[in-house]
Amino acid sequence: MNVSLSVNGEPRTDEVEPRLLLVQYLRDVLDLKATNIGCDTTSCGACTVLLDGESVKSCTVLAVQADGFDVVTVEGLRAGAGEMHPMQQAFNDHHGLQCGFCTPGMVMAAIGLVRESSDLDEDAVRHGLEGNLCRCTGYQNIVAAVLDAARRPGVTETAP
Amino acid sequence: MSLLGERVKRTEDRKFLTTGGTYVDDLPLEGAVWVTYLRSTVAHARIDSIDVTAALTAPGVVDVVTGDDVDLPPLPPDFGLYNDKMIRPWLASTGGKVRYVGEPIVAILSETRAQGVDASELIVVDYDPLPAVVGVENAAKNESLLFEDAATNLAFEMKGDAEPGDPALFEGCDVVVRQRTVNQRVAPAPLETRAAAVRWEGAHLTCWASTQAPHGVRDGFAKQYDLEPENIRVISPDVGGGFGAKISAYPEELLLPWLARRVDRPARWTETRTESMLNLGHGRGQLQEVELGGTRDGKFLAYRLTVDQDCGAYCKVGGLMVFSTRMMATGVYEIPKAQYACRSWVTNTTPTVAYRGAGRPEAAAAIERAVDLFAAEIGMDPAEVRALNFIAPFDQPHTTVMGTVYDTGDYAGALRMVLEKADYEGLRNEQQQRRTSGDPVALGIGLAVYVEVTGGAGAGEWAGVSVGDDGKVTVRTGTSPHGQGHETAWAQIAASKLGVAMSDITVEHGDTDIIPMGGGTMGSRSLQHGGAAVAKVCDMILEKAAGGSVHGLSADASVSASGPTFPFGAHVAVVEVDTETGMVKLRQLIAVDDAGKIVNPTLADGQVHGGVAQGVAQALLEEFSYDADGNPLTSTLADYAFVTAAELPSVERHMMETPTPNNELGAKGIGESGTIGSTPAVQNAVVDALSHLGIRHVDIPTTPERVWRTIQEAGR
Amino acid sequence: MIPAAFEYVRAGSVDEAIAALAEHGDEAKLLAGGHSLLPLMKLRLAFPSVLIDVGRVRELDFVREDGDQIVVGALTRHSELARNDLVRQEAPLLARAASLIGDPQVRHRGTIGGSLAHGDPASDLPAVVLALGATLVAQGPDGRREIAADDMFQGFLETALDEDEMLTEIRLPRAAGRGWSYQKFTRRSQDWAIVAVAAVTGGGGAPSVTLVNMGTRPMRATETESALASGSSPADAAALAADGTEPPADLVASSDYRRHLATVLTRRALEEAASR
Repeated sequence: MNVSLSVNGEPRTDEVEPRLLLVQYLRDVLDLKATNIGCDTTSCGACTVLLDGESVKSCTVLAVQADGFDVVTVEGLRAGAGEMHPMQQAFNDHHGLQCGFCTPGMVMAAIGLVRESSDLDEDAVRHGLEGNLCRCTGYQNIVAAVLDAARRPGVTETAP
Repeated sequence: MSLLGERVKRTEDRKFLTTGGTYVDDLPLEGAVWVTYLRSTVAHARIDSIDVTAALTAPGVVDVVTGDDVDLPPLPPDFGLYNDKMIRPWLASTGGKVRYVGEPIVAILSETRAQGVDASELIVVDYDPLPAVVGVENAAKNESLLFEDAATNLAFEMKGDAEPGDPALFEGCDVVVRQRTVNQRVAPAPLETRAAAVRWEGAHLTCWASTQAPHGVRDGFAKQYDLEPENIRVISPDVGGGFGAKISAYPEELLLPWLARRVDRPARWTETRTESMLNLGHGRGQLQEVELGGTRDGKFLAYRLTVDQDCGAYCKVGGLMVFSTRMMATGVYEIPKAQYACRSWVTNTTPTVAYRGAGRPEAAAAIERAVDLFAAEIGMDPAEVRALNFIAPFDQPHTTVMGTVYDTGDYAGALRMVLEKADYEGLRNEQQQRRTSGDPVALGIGLAVYVEVTGGAGAGEWAGVSVGDDGKVTVRTGTSPHGQGHETAWAQIAASKLGVAMSDITVEHGDTDIIPMGGGTMGSRSLQHGGAAVAKVCDMILEKAAGGSVHGLSADASVSASGPTFPFGAHVAVVEVDTETGMVKLRQLIAVDDAGKIVNPTLADGQVHGGVAQGVAQALLEEFSYDADGNPLTSTLADYAFVTAAELPSVERHMMETPTPNNELGAKGIGESGTIGSTPAVQNAVVDALSHLGIRHVDIPTTPERVWRTIQEAGR
Repeated sequence: MIPAAFEYVRAGSVDEAIAALAEHGDEAKLLAGGHSLLPLMKLRLAFPSVLIDVGRVRELDFVREDGDQIVVGALTRHSELARNDLVRQEAPLLARAASLIGDPQVRHRGTIGGSLAHGDPASDLPAVVLALGATLVAQGPDGRREIAADDMFQGFLETALDEDEMLTEIRLPRAAGRGWSYQKFTRRSQDWAIVAVAAVTGGGGAPSVTLVNMGTRPMRATETESALASGSSPADAAALAADGTEPPADLVASSDYRRHLATVLTRRALEEAASR
């Protein structure tokens, strides 16, 4: 089956098996390894990417379902030259990552969250990230990072 | 200028945030076959036949291997202390046995992962089921045996002069409280599952593994394949969490070199989450009997802890957590007499291993429960009872009744601080108001004062430091960080010692070709051993420099510490219990933790947050469950109640610093403290919420139905 | 983790989807958001030989008014239901329940049609459309037909839809001004309901109280509804909520506990509905 889509701003066309999951397409066909697979029941969110601007779990989307869409992974986030995206920077500022495995999915889920909600408070962020599991951080610094990032200019954009 | 004690931001982060870490599954490995393990769907059975004919000819299949094909000697228990008849096969053989659901029985080697999964569905296994043994009480009946040759399910036993059940220990006690308490089996569930890859080049083996201890894994392969260590290179690239469960290699990884040699190609394996839930070692799994006796005015006189530990189907390190439970059994209290007895049993379940705290959470949970029971029995405030019985503050070695030598501690100080920060009096008032007004949502306040042992695993560490002619510094460490931030912290240490900027320092780890020896990262050992080693080796360089430039100088050493260290703390948990439904909500967790001198407070915060999350999860949510036939009921992350951000409040964290003389940094470990203090604090809070109903104990996890039933029973 | 292989067909319209269903018969399943089906396929608990992707049938992604009803297209996503002004105004129970399904990522993909056609008694939306007195519209080779929500859910994962039919619309009576409540009891915030209760009361209609995960299909708390209709207090009516139900026993709850929860949640639902 043929799929044509845009990934991190670049157009792609590939021949794939229908059963290939979007996350496997990103990792194995496009060699974009940042997006991780952490479970097999759509539970952990490590595979979260933006699909047409909305956060989705790419393990539960077939690559063929993404035909014609825009996918953004953490590798596609851009800020100014040499700088990280405000959400990435906030994670660094607040020590919002330890082993890093959940981080790409968490960052994309957080961007998805700030794009959809203004006036986030701690409770809203905790619920907004309920689809993303982390075993290392206990979430506290992630929540602090997202609350801080929400007020930073450019955080809802994925590229300047 | 010293950076010690500074909140330096992590230097590791940029990579993880932008291009992502490089975990084993991310690595390219040209020509590798993918290994898929078919796994037992029955908990206990003899294997009558395995038909792999259809799989052998499935598309993309290179080979299919059963236990009948593997010519390696089977695996003895991981430690010599265990019953040596409890032998583990590599894979299932005709006429052999399987002993837990998930046990690997056949290996399929294929060109792609998907082809391996497809082929595995074509294999037909004929199981002849045997009665399954689930739970240590059933194991102890010795009716169905996992290992006929062992003639028992008892893998290990230790009792010294302890006499479980003998009242003589409590002679002279006005009051004795007794309770059966469960420290339930949990799944470590790091976000990255296990993955490994191997490649032979002639007689040289390279192995990539998601491990906490590359040198330990190297030694495991060396022993298995009769290789000299210099003929093996083990690389742990980035590792997505371990929590104790990724310390030693598992059979699936140890078999890879044999499989690779058989097909003369590199071999790689990445497990799915369901496989990981069933095969990555589980944590905890103790059935405990606590007995605490003392005077009516609150002095403890005697304590006995009896433990039955679940090993799971094969003897890995989990069955020996009982040693650290024994070591820390009496906790922060001065108790004149104590006894400890334990037995470790095999059952038809996933083998148990070390999991964050590794025997110490079990000890703390037991004694903190006993202390609260005692307080309730004599009608004294639980904080007051604790304060009456602490080991008095000490800065010289203190030997407990268990024979453990603690380094330094101020338990009364920790409790005072946490009660003040939590506004304990205000909370008790709020609780009383709710009780008086008949509020169906009850408030509970739970305490735990804990001490734990860190740095016991491996009494020293290797470090190497070299300064280039350009002044750039390379630090090499035998620790193996997987999220702990050693690259940042060791750079802080070297920068402070050598007067070099952090940006001029690189820290290397995790490759046995670059690091000649190392103890890895576990047991909260790394800073006090590894960081202290870096400090010491920097001192060696400064000595060589004799006041001049350090450029061009290098040194390395294996540095011993003078012993383990004993961090401590006090936690207060505040819960709200909806008495109509049994639902428990954690409103607050106030944590005072003392891990001696802190090199990077931000990293320390992160460790406490993460530890508390896991500890709270054990108290409220997580349990790995089986039915009576050994079928796992929580084998996916959808069924297993892994704690999410929505269930946790932000921890109100406070630090005390009581240094240790045991290493030059004055540092104790902090990685596991959060887990150890929070579980009993939360459990005690739930019981406290219901104390006005006459309730004295609730087992963990305090699920809504368990709480509701306890309330119903109390009402009868 | 890796589904079994299947053939993939993309439908651009309802007619194309119906034609594809007719062609492939019971070998085929419709794929909308995929968040009920793909998880089963990844664990190889489901292995249809053909997937007909209707995710692109834009004509079914809408919310609009139609006289005294609001009409929701079957391919409207949960996240849209949660924030849509018309739904929040005229069927706030639906908006609320949709906002509680799973987690944000799941809500961005899951569709109301997919959820209803799947027919899981532990899902939120089947009981909610039952409480709202919805009419479901299906399209098949013989044309369009309407199915009352009361007739839709026939058993565990069994609905009134024929194998060659596709759900296209959900028609709801306008309910602005009626009292409503959705009480969902879970262990963790993103879990399936252990038990949930949907209630619509007051405002000139018969009281409607339905239950999630109290049997093999979403059901009415019939004794509660009768009691309310004959003037019982919410507390007395709620005590009857579990009557006639056979709640499942599983890892998270026993049948008795579910029965108890049903009465407590029903009382809370009725109290909250009355307060609006």
